[in-house]
Amino acid sequence: MSAATQRVLPGRVVRSPRGRIALRVERRPFVVGCVLALLLAALAIVGIATGDYPLSPREVVETLLGGGDPSSEFIVETLRLPRVVCALLVGGALGLAGAIFQSVTRNPLGSPEIVGFTWGSAAGAVIVITVVGSNAGAAVSGGAVGGGLLTALLVVGLAWRHGIQGYRLVLVGIGVGLVARALTEYLLTRARVEDATQAAIWIAGSLNGRGWEQARPLAAALAVLAPLALALGPTLRALELGDDAARALGARVDGGRLALIAIAVALTAVATAAAGPIAFVALAAPQVARRVTRASGPGLIPAMLMGALLLEASDCAAQRVWPAQQLPVGIVTGAIGGCYLAWLLASEWRGRRRA
Amino acid sequence: MTEARLSGSGLRLAYDDRLVVDGLDVTIPDGSFTVVVGPNACGKSTLLRALARMLKPRGGTVLLDGADIRSQPAKAVARRLGLLPQSPTAPDAITVADLVGRGRYPHQRLLRQWSPDDERAVAEALAATGTTELAERAVDELSGGQRQRVWLAMVLAQETPLLLLDEPTTFLDVAHQIEVLDLCADLRERHGRTLVAVLHDLNHACRYATHLIAMRDGAIVAEGDPSEIVDAALVERVFGLACRVVPDPETGTPLVVPAARRARVS
Repeated sequence: MSAATQRVLPGRVVRSPRGRIALRVERRPFVVGCVLALLLAALAIVGIATGDYPLSPREVVETLLGGGDPSSEFIVETLRLPRVVCALLVGGALGLAGAIFQSVTRNPLGSPEIVGFTWGSAAGAVIVITVVGSNAGAAVSGGAVGGGLLTALLVVGLAWRHGIQGYRLVLVGIGVGLVARALTEYLLTRARVEDATQAAIWIAGSLNGRGWEQARPLAAALAVLAPLALALGPTLRALELGDDAARALGARVDGGRLALIAIAVALTAVATAAAGPIAFVALAAPQVARRVTRASGPGLIPAMLMGALLLEASDCAAQRVWPAQQLPVGIVTGAIGGCYLAWLLASEWRGRRRA
Repeated sequence: MTEARLSGSGLRLAYDDRLVVDGLDVTIPDGSFTVVVGPNACGKSTLLRALARMLKPRGGTVLLDGADIRSQPAKAVARRLGLLPQSPTAPDAITVADLVGRGRYPHQRLLRQWSPDDERAVAEALAATGTTELAERAVDELSGGQRQRVWLAMVLAQETPLLLLDEPTTFLDVAHQIEVLDLCADLRERHGRTLVAVLHDLNHACRYATHLIAMRDGAIVAEGDPSEIVDAALVERVFGLACRVVPDPETGTPLVVPAARRARVS
């Protein structure tokens, strides 16, 4: 790869020798991405090292590279690594889904938990737990995916009029989400106490007891969905200019937007299936990433990394702050993400008023 | 008949149930600065949208380079025909250079998202619109005139031989209107592009157009060189406005002076 400096546009262009591959990389988002990746690695090691049987970071790295003793191998590879992997994958999927939704709807509130898909997933899972009476992980996950997809179909179908408009999608989504939420809560009041407790824990969103059986399908889904989303990145950038301008540039407006929504819905559904409806990651991660990178544009990769970081940090906090209680991670993400976003927006508005 | 890369025949254009244009034939002469004028709701923007593939005709076809524009791949069309819509939206906090760079979309492929051609096209588009110094500024902190020039630069970066502009001077003060129109004239003369614009100001149209299309009620009333077709009778017929047409003291092109109905006569 050779790199050439550019004058008009920010960033450098990375080219393959024959110029068949050429991507423009802006410096700040690139550096931010690297820093996020390093933080993620560090946090993952902390997550694996701490717990009832603490390991040193060195032991963790040795074990991960295949050189640990059997007991630390068991602790790392069976107990703690799958949970960390789950956190990273769920966070990444939610961050990416949020970035796509917010860009497609041109609305910072257009994230899956606001437009109702998360509550749709929750309703699906709660139906499985309380009505079908099944507690099996796979059945609950299936219910979550089904509920999420059904809600998405309903929202997109109701919002469709000569294509999809972001504002309409958000409003219809809020409405449908409230219905799904009401349905969920109604089912909880009707359910047996044990089922209701089980369902309530699931609804809070938790990584407790998540293992490879959740991580594997999630990794497979992400391996398909993330490249698809990145491939549609240029279309997403064109769509940000408005439908007319995007169409004039030769972008496939309706088809492209529908494909992007489908990808984001699928990402949300698989993430929710693995960990329950986790609040705020999809909403906050793209916004935080955008402010840190200061880039205009959807910023899919930084949003994905930021989502993973936010969730893994929250999960570390959830496990360590009150070790006896094993707080559900969804409650921590709500608290951390919400506070950070509020602080960011407040400082931004204040800065703007001064200017 | 002159050469024409872009034309429409038998066009029936409608929004929902409202038929706006019925059975219209139009030809955009190559190398012209064609201006479409007419009263509000006469179908001029609708016609432009159909020519730009934004609106699917209920009947008739738009031909680009001899083939139905709707049968051609969208990106292939976008490499030959550019459109500046009436109200494009700039993403939050986007910089001028980034926005102009997005005009290169139809020239880019998945793994070839940037080429030296892109760099050159963006630099030239910025230079042609006098926005090079603004390149690193955020679009939302620019004035209306600067912003319109930046949007023009984005469409120019697309490097299309045909350029369609939907009311490019609306919301600009008179100095900025002239600036944008001068730029359009320049693009035709120096860069050999064919331009089609919808304009409101008849006098601007007469001064800058090499080919004028006057529309009323979804039909073309007259078309041709403004100096040959614009007279008081035409203005009366198209706009229902009594007026005098005198030679423009600057350019000699027709200048429309509305008749004094209840003005203060000094």
